[in-house]
Amino acid sequence: MRDTLHLYGSYLAASLRSQLQYRASFLMMTAAVGATSFLEFATVWALFERFGRLADWSLPEAAVLYGLVNVAFALSEALARGFDDFPSMVRSGSFDRVLLRPRSTALQVAGSRIQLMRIGRLLQALLVLAWGAHALQIRWTLEQVGIACLAIGGGVALFSGLLVLQATFSFWSTESLEVFNIATYGGVETTQYPLSVYRRELRTFFTWFVPLATVTYFPTLAILNRSDPLGSTRAFQTWCPLLGWLFLAICLQIWEIGVRHYRSTGS
Amino acid sequence: MPLIQVSRLSKQYAVAERRPGFWGALAGLVRRRTRLVQALDEISFSIEPGELVGYIGPNGAGKSTTVKILAGILVPTSGEVTVAGRVPWRERIAHVATIGVVFGQRTQLWWDLPVIESFELLRDIYRVSPAEYRRTLDELIAIMDLKDLLDTPVRQLSLGQRMRCDVAAALLHRPAVLFLDEPTIGLDAVAKLATRELVKRLNREQGMTVILTTHDMDDIESLCTRVIMIDEGRILLDGDLDQLRRAATTERRLVIILADEATWIEVPKATVIHRQGARLTLRFDPATVSAASLIADITGRYAIRDLYVEHPPIEEIVARLYQGRTP
Repeated sequence: MRDTLHLYGSYLAASLRSQLQYRASFLMMTAAVGATSFLEFATVWALFERFGRLADWSLPEAAVLYGLVNVAFALSEALARGFDDFPSMVRSGSFDRVLLRPRSTALQVAGSRIQLMRIGRLLQALLVLAWGAHALQIRWTLEQVGIACLAIGGGVALFSGLLVLQATFSFWSTESLEVFNIATYGGVETTQYPLSVYRRELRTFFTWFVPLATVTYFPTLAILNRSDPLGSTRAFQTWCPLLGWLFLAICLQIWEIGVRHYRSTGS
Repeated sequence: MPLIQVSRLSKQYAVAERRPGFWGALAGLVRRRTRLVQALDEISFSIEPGELVGYIGPNGAGKSTTVKILAGILVPTSGEVTVAGRVPWRERIAHVATIGVVFGQRTQLWWDLPVIESFELLRDIYRVSPAEYRRTLDELIAIMDLKDLLDTPVRQLSLGQRMRCDVAAALLHRPAVLFLDEPTIGLDAVAKLATRELVKRLNREQGMTVILTTHDMDDIESLCTRVIMIDEGRILLDGDLDQLRRAATTERRLVIILADEATWIEVPKATVIHRQGARLTLRFDPATVSAASLIADITGRYAIRDLYVEHPPIEEIVARLYQGRTP
């Protein structure tokens, strides 16, 4: 495990140095990514400006939720970006090189491309989170910090799982599956609003099947000290982000099936 | 004890058949029609430590399928393979730690980083201890003359320089066997010679076992002590260069350089196949006429400045063997 983290660290350092070879482009991309995500938050703001409250959530409360979801999404996009580019890796034959190295395939694919300009989105999300927390005068107790970290960790695991799952399909089909963007980008869009605004079927889907809401919405309730109109308990709200890790573990198993398929067909 | 043992190795692929047109593509989405392709058909061979084997064959003959199976990337349909005592596809991670693979057309180095940083990443990937790494790296720097390249970003290297670095990268973990896939493709003449020299030294001086796939017959001629030729999934020939020549043809060439360009020459039992100024190439079969009597006959009748006997070029031999396969 330590060895694995060490290697991931080496990949990270190499990516950073590669990207700093093109310093100007790196800074501009980071700024552009940050600016785009600010526009995104502007739509949330506009909605609250028009309606005041949404399912009894105020804008600062929604900002905390938005911040947590997007911090997790930005981190997973940066750390597991290699899976996003995976179809081209299969097409170009670079995946053979992955199989030729004595390490787990998932680790190598994740490390093949770590995109640090996603830091733009990360900074923006942190700013929104900080603003929301400040406006609500949240007192960050140890418990609340812990819940926030669990939520972010669970979110990173969950989004990474989705990226892994999406990549796995390119073992069978070379066509890019835009359908999956519904789960990733669509999932981010969906979960940055309180879950209680949605219909029951959608809530069930995002709680249990692709537990996006689970890993962010419920912990946010705990951080905000809100009671849940859906009736979840405090303990559930605290620990449910661990489901994100379970989801990732399942996706990695499916990934292994994909690898086995690739190794029997070679294309 | 052979280093590589392959017996009755077969591989079949199911290839999806694409139907033409829009409706065909749509139908393909719903129901795939597949066709079985026999890429390898019960091939067997074994390779001893220290051999330098050329693995050749036309495109689609099964070369890369074999290499991918030996490298642990692909799982075969049937047959047995051991490389250094391991079944490649069953213990991928343990197996790949003992082999080195260089693809001529694709570098494994990190494009934007100085060479040395790629080496350091590979050190971490292969879990080479710092002391061992230092020792191997120093050796490789000396053998391959890498000193001035280490701090250059890979994208700024010439193809020949990059090939040197790629071979070094494949050797950092001290593999027992080195696979070279088209190592001279795209290189200029000087770089080709340098690469061949490097491979030769690795094999002769370091005792490295090398398996080389190539289309460049000069690679084969200057490097390989043994050639395995494969076509349509079967081994056509397994032997040294002489055996390769004998399998195709017994013919020899006699090249003569005339003292006088204008002379017309006619020799029984030999055919002029090429003429360029005073230089003529004749073809003859040593079974019907010996080289000695042919030379005696020619020198007796014409004024000759120089002459020598040679084999037909290996390209021609190989082309002839490919054509001679089942129609």
